[in-house]
Amino acid sequence: MILTELSSRKPAIDWSWHLRLVAFLGPAALYALVFILVPYANLLIYSFWKTDNYTIVRDFNLGNFARVFESPVYLSVIANSLLVASIVTICAVVLGYALALYVAFFTGMRRKFLYFLMVIPLWTSFLLRAFIWRLILGREGVINSGLAWFGFTDEPLSVLLFNRFSVCVALTYVFIPFVAIPVYAALEKIPPATLEASMDLGASPFYTLRRIILPLSLPGIIPGAIFTFCLSFGDFVAPSLLGGPSGIMISSVIINQFGSAFDWPFGSALAIFVIVVVGIAVALARLLERRYE
Amino acid sequence: MNDELARWSRGLRRSSQLLGVAIFFFLYAPIALLVAYSFSGSRSLTFPIRSFTFSWYVSLADNAELLHSILNSLSVAAAVVPLTLILGVPAAYALSRFAFIGSGTVNHIFTLPLMIPGIITGLSILLLLKSLGIGLSLWAVVLGHTVAWLPVVVGQVAARLRRMDRYVEEASLDLGAGYAETFLRVVLPNLKGAIIGSALLVFTLSFDEVAITFLLTGTENTLPMQIWAMLRRGVTPEICAVATLTVVMSGILIAVGVRADKD
Repeated sequence: MILTELSSRKPAIDWSWHLRLVAFLGPAALYALVFILVPYANLLIYSFWKTDNYTIVRDFNLGNFARVFESPVYLSVIANSLLVASIVTICAVVLGYALALYVAFFTGMRRKFLYFLMVIPLWTSFLLRAFIWRLILGREGVINSGLAWFGFTDEPLSVLLFNRFSVCVALTYVFIPFVAIPVYAALEKIPPATLEASMDLGASPFYTLRRIILPLSLPGIIPGAIFTFCLSFGDFVAPSLLGGPSGIMISSVIINQFGSAFDWPFGSALAIFVIVVVGIAVALARLLERRYE
Repeated sequence: MNDELARWSRGLRRSSQLLGVAIFFFLYAPIALLVAYSFSGSRSLTFPIRSFTFSWYVSLADNAELLHSILNSLSVAAAVVPLTLILGVPAAYALSRFAFIGSGTVNHIFTLPLMIPGIITGLSILLLLKSLGIGLSLWAVVLGHTVAWLPVVVGQVAARLRRMDRYVEEASLDLGAGYAETFLRVVLPNLKGAIIGSALLVFTLSFDEVAITFLLTGTENTLPMQIWAMLRRGVTPEICAVATLTVVMSGILIAVGVRADKD
């Protein structure tokens, strides 16, 4: 304690402190400026330009944004992306929470090992975890083969794959660990005495779960849910592999603008729209976090 | 430690166990299926699997395109890991040890690429490179991955620094070591676990990345891009064999990472 008090009595401007700060943070800050902030700003500038006969015209206008909101096609793609992201977030939060709760409270000696099992999927390829579902949900996939074998169906179900359902299943599958890991970290921090107190005062286990454990795990649920929502909203792997015509999401449309459609300004406007949605989601999360602090 | 709930409520324990095991099944059954298909004797992947073979793994060794793409993926990851560490470790130290105005904002800017879908990050860098007249290549991919995974290093190292006793550093300074010496000989050794852990995580993430690579790679393919191209012709046992090998690699890396992060 004395040491810190001594060091705080230094002169008002400590140049060595500033020098050290620049030395440590400088390279990364410069990097973030050039490769994070400038590119996003550049994207924003592009979104105000337009194309004419496949060349980019540097003429400030809001036409791209008007096009997004006037066209039923783009609005339906955005609505579909928001719907998929919402469904996936709800499913991943429920399942991820149940998983974290199980590992944190009901596994005893095997807790370490099961935590390990919870983390592994996060380290395996996203692409691989998405395309697996073709093998499960496809016409000759496991589910259809199983149904036919048991005699439940005469011909393979085609409603399982290449639609919104298959995209939601794959994304939920991918994002469960994103929720389970932060929730587990929050659950681990709950002191056993808190639960004991609740029980001793006559609360039922379910009441304890609802009124003690759930509020205390919000610091894990909120970041998990936000990650899931933002990343599934803009995902491009699952809809391209499993989406089909009814599962088209905004990222596929954006990619198309930079490929065959060759309308970079419009693609940039859509990308800015995604960033705005992400920004709103993050801001809402901050608000929630502050309310429950 | 926290077994109170389990002791108090059998009903809650039973239902939670049932649900937990079911979710683990949901997480692992598809991976098990993938591994099983990689040994499938028939080319068409139908269920149940009737015959077994190792021939898909043998044929992988002859697939020159695939081997080349693996080499590309390894080179990209090998460049991304040191870059994110060199930039990220000092940045994490600055953010957690220097109370400066705007540190919160700086932290948010670093975490931005983690929240923004890869496709958008890839696009913004693509546009930047085009504006500067720089062509696409594996170097562009390295750049994109570094932007995307720098927050992983910063986050993990900062988390470790928060748990670390600051008086150790102050003791080092009081005993006459300079700031540089304190950082190199006191702080860094204490961060060893977090650094190894995040390096391995960045390596795997970079090795498996699709969206950014899709936009920034020129003519060269990385392994996930090669798999992506192969998937256009449908899922084959070869793809399952490659996928199985990447799962095995991830498993080994995470085992090493968890062990390293313990201390």
